[in-house]
Amino acid sequence: MDGNLITFYLLAFVAVGAALGMLFSKNAVYSALFLIMNFAVVAVFYLILGAPFIAMAQVTVYAGAIMVLFLFVIMLLGAEKLAGEDTLAWQKPFAWMLVIFFLFAIAYQLGLAGLTNAEIISFPGSEFGGPEPIGQVLFNDYLLPFEITSVLLLVAMIGAIVLTKGGSKARPNIEEEAE
Amino acid sequence: MVPIEHYISLSAVLFMIGTLGVLTRRNAIVIFMSIELMLNAANLLFVAFAQEYAALSGHIFVFFVMTVAAAEVAVGLALIVAIFRSRGTIDIDEMNQLKG
Repeated sequence: MDGNLITFYLLAFVAVGAALGMLFSKNAVYSALFLIMNFAVVAVFYLILGAPFIAMAQVTVYAGAIMVLFLFVIMLLGAEKLAGEDTLAWQKPFAWMLVIFFLFAIAYQLGLAGLTNAEIISFPGSEFGGPEPIGQVLFNDYLLPFEITSVLLLVAMIGAIVLTKGGSKARPNIEEEAE
Repeated sequence: MVPIEHYISLSAVLFMIGTLGVLTRRNAIVIFMSIELMLNAANLLFVAFAQEYAALSGHIFVFFVMTVAAAEVAVGLALIVAIFRSRGTIDIDEMNQLKG
């Protein structure tokens, strides 16, 4: 077993452990912190896979912005502890059964495909996945999707503002303006 | 160089942990985080195959998935805050009415 595989297994162990920690934490704040750890480990995977730009975007967007938003909402609502009794008791074993079945299906397909005969078509150079080649592809081949993305973010921003503005204080103002 | 099958397996395991979170947890915020975990597993697979086939499009798709995830989280958390205001809870078992 060479160093690459040992590194992979160590990182995969941490990633799966953090994901399981997120799943089983009773406190939502702990869940969020475990998820940040998982995102950081996945960012390291991106670096190993020759994707430094995506890795940095992962750290800033996912582990940074998105998880700060999650933690902010958890602490704002004070909703970190929700024990609650299960009203659908049969759902949990059923979900476990389906998940294990799916994992077996994946393992079976991987076994069918053959584990070691996948040839690397061309090992990408060291420049692959850096900001410059990504920018070239993004602004040449994917310009329209990129522009549509900006509209999507604008819609999401307006939607979030409209949804949280709400309440009894805002309504009369809107009606007055309409009149 | 780690074979692609390892990444497929890891991605499948992470995805299924996310699915378990969606199916078994009752806290709406934890369900949202599980969805993020599933998106992340798909992203990992995109990047792994991008390196396997030396195709930069995989990275671009990860970029777009991240953008959609950010938009989804902004709207989703706003929805959760609105639901918490009207119902006083974010337990999804309590959200059994269409009328707020």
